[in-house]
Amino acid sequence: MSDAKLTFPHPPARPNQPVDFSNIVVPKAGLLPVPPLDLAPQDAQPFARGLIRVMDDTGTPVGPWAEYLGEMPADDLRKGLRDMLKMRAIDRRMQNAQRQGKTSFYMQSTGEEAIGCAFQRQLQQGDMNFPTYRQQILLVAADYPLEPMLGQLYSNDLDPLEGRQLPIMHSARDYGYFSVSGNLGTQYVQAVGWAMACALRGDGKIAAAWIGDGATASNDFHSAMLSASVYQPPVVLNIVNNQWAISTYTGVAAGKSETYAARALGYGVPALRVDGNDFLAVSAVSRWAIERARKGFGPVAIEWFTYRAAAHSSSDDPSAYRPKDEAQAWPLGDPVDRLKAHLIDRGEWSEERHVQAGAELLDEVTQVQKQVEAHGTLVNPQPASPTAIFNGVYADMPEHLRRQRQEMGY
Amino acid sequence: MARMTMIEALRSAMDVKLSDDPGVIVFGEDVGYFGGVFRCTAGLQAKYGEERVFDTPINESAIVGLAIGMAAHGMRPCVEIQFADYVYPAYDQITQEAARLRHRSNQQFTCPMVVRMPTGGGIFGGQTHSQSPEALFTHVAGLKVVIPSTPYDAKGLLIAAIEDPDPVIFLEPKRIYNGPFYGDHAGKSVPWSAHPAGEVPEDHYIVPLGRAAIRREGADLTILAYGTMVYVAERAVEQAGIDAEIIDLRTLLPLDLATIVASVEKTGRCVVLHEATRTSGFGAELIAEVQQACFWHLRAPLLRVTGWDAPYPHAQEWDYFPSVSRVVAALAKVMED
Ligand SMILES: Cc1ncc(C[n+]2csc(CCOP(=O)(O)OP(=O)(O)O)c2C)c(N)n1
Ligand SMILES: [Mg+2]
Repeated sequence: MSDAKLTFPHPPARPNQPVDFSNIVVPKAGLLPVPPLDLAPQDAQPFARGLIRVMDDTGTPVGPWAEYLGEMPADDLRKGLRDMLKMRAIDRRMQNAQRQGKTSFYMQSTGEEAIGCAFQRQLQQGDMNFPTYRQQILLVAADYPLEPMLGQLYSNDLDPLEGRQLPIMHSARDYGYFSVSGNLGTQYVQAVGWAMACALRGDGKIAAAWIGDGATASNDFHSAMLSASVYQPPVVLNIVNNQWAISTYTGVAAGKSETYAARALGYGVPALRVDGNDFLAVSAVSRWAIERARKGFGPVAIEWFTYRAAAHSSSDDPSAYRPKDEAQAWPLGDPVDRLKAHLIDRGEWSEERHVQAGAELLDEVTQVQKQVEAHGTLVNPQPASPTAIFNGVYADMPEHLRRQRQEMGY
Repeated sequence: MARMTMIEALRSAMDVKLSDDPGVIVFGEDVGYFGGVFRCTAGLQAKYGEERVFDTPINESAIVGLAIGMAAHGMRPCVEIQFADYVYPAYDQITQEAARLRHRSNQQFTCPMVVRMPTGGGIFGGQTHSQSPEALFTHVAGLKVVIPSTPYDAKGLLIAAIEDPDPVIFLEPKRIYNGPFYGDHAGKSVPWSAHPAGEVPEDHYIVPLGRAAIRREGADLTILAYGTMVYVAERAVEQAGIDAEIIDLRTLLPLDLATIVASVEKTGRCVVLHEATRTSGFGAELIAEVQQACFWHLRAPLLRVTGWDAPYPHAQEWDYFPSVSRVVAALAKVMED
């Protein structure tokens, strides 16, 4: 008989068990310093294993990262808050539309909005995100118009991609949003390649790679980390750790590693771990990381620590694998509530304005949704011409595709 | 006898094998606690424990690479790839390692492994939930490739695949997981409980690999199909009013050429159907074999109806999916000659 025995990671609680987040250490806000921009991987341990937090429990910014950030203009913060509320309105309306059979598929990002929202505002025109499907907020924060966004979600003639892609798999080059692939991980390393091109061609731009905690298991995550370490291109390697990969607990992707950020250190990429529900912390660390990359100090990885409050997708029912009330009990709270509290504390916002803003944004989204739905839904389809199937497979349509298109009747 | 969906039949196959062979082990993304995104492994972890049925990280090459190691050691892994569209990170492990292990080690090491994966379109899944990659596997020496079209076959073939001494790629046409699909997406869906092939024994049985099934006997024309296209063929034959023989290949490799040749020698006409893209698709292989074996019996050129040579679209799915009307047109054309 052998002593060897396998282990299988378990979440702290399954359905019908009490929520248990006692394994999650939440350090006080303001503890960690701001490292120099040329932070070396061997000096990054405290940042990769700790948790950078800026807002204390009352919403007051404290500590070195708060000083680094300075007092953000209230207008910028209100813009961030409104973008997150807008994202929630879109999620609500589109989840509903999916339930009504008007579109085939949808994915919400509830609870994670602060990350992409605050990050996007630190980018410059011409920088490129390589987003996952759960980063629509990058588009909202980049002021991408609602018409093409919802058009894509309905696959109708307002869809810039002419119905080719599953809803949510946007592509918006002018808004720094690379075409989203459904195959996990693949784009993480492409972002590194894009960043290498930025450096080789000297355009002064940077790339931002995005991946979920689950997909850090993919080969391409490791390819990206290694390539970034070897060539030192201007890339920010974002890891959104929302604790779940569909039904699979994050421990299955982490194994015995302490944090995802610490994993990057093994490749020689400095890394920081951040409270992803703290809008100010996200703003501060994004500014630092993007500046580091742009100034030529090389790649940096950031683990954004958050919680996927909604279902994985419109095909998923999380009550089958996790306690229903986990999201409410998440120790880092809700990003909208926390930014709201901070703004109210600063005297720049109020409960009434919040309710009003939520209603206005829901109204705006609903209005646009109506107009967009008039261009066709799955119930009443008016997709782009079937010839879109053949256009763009190649720059010049080869003869065999031309024949097939004719065979189809076009 | 029990009525089962294809999902339940597949689960029953794994259940039977998990209980009768301690070497059988099941794993993949979300297959453990949750039981798979299509629920094929639901309840199996609770019944057999985590050492037999477990969740993996999202790394397909690890899933298959681990399975190869276990299989070489003497276990019988039956692993799941969440969608065939996500098998590509494992393509190296499957085609360069699993497929050749027996041969290159001169039988010192073997790989009795099954890689299950939902395949095909028809669910509005867009380009990353709709692909039909069977030809990428039939092109590789050392692999067997199976694709059932009924719950009864799904269970019997999966048990045969798990018991097979070599690696088997087991493609599950997801559009017919819950009932046959006759190509009419707007029509009412038919559950397996209303179809005779939904009758599935609870116990162990096999449907041998390498044998096709004649789904409809006919004299005038032979249709070669597999997976979802078997039902599209049935509807097309009804609509066209042609006395066609429909052969469900069930196993693409090894191919049951004898059944195919006997049919085409009888009918003298043949149409091949698949959802996958046309160029270098499995239809090309079928047509080459039939042409060579049946040339002097043929009365008309062989035709194929396939997906177009383009990425699988989302909104234009029903312009892409080989429709009943396209099949009817092909049948009529072949009958003209
Ligand atoms: C290569 C590949 N394997 C499997 C899948 C199926 N899949 C889609 S999302 C998902 C979970 C991803 O989890 P995570 O990376 O944590 O991102 P999150 O959904 O939490 O944002 C899986 C397994 C896929 N899309 N691509
Ligand atoms: Mg996740």
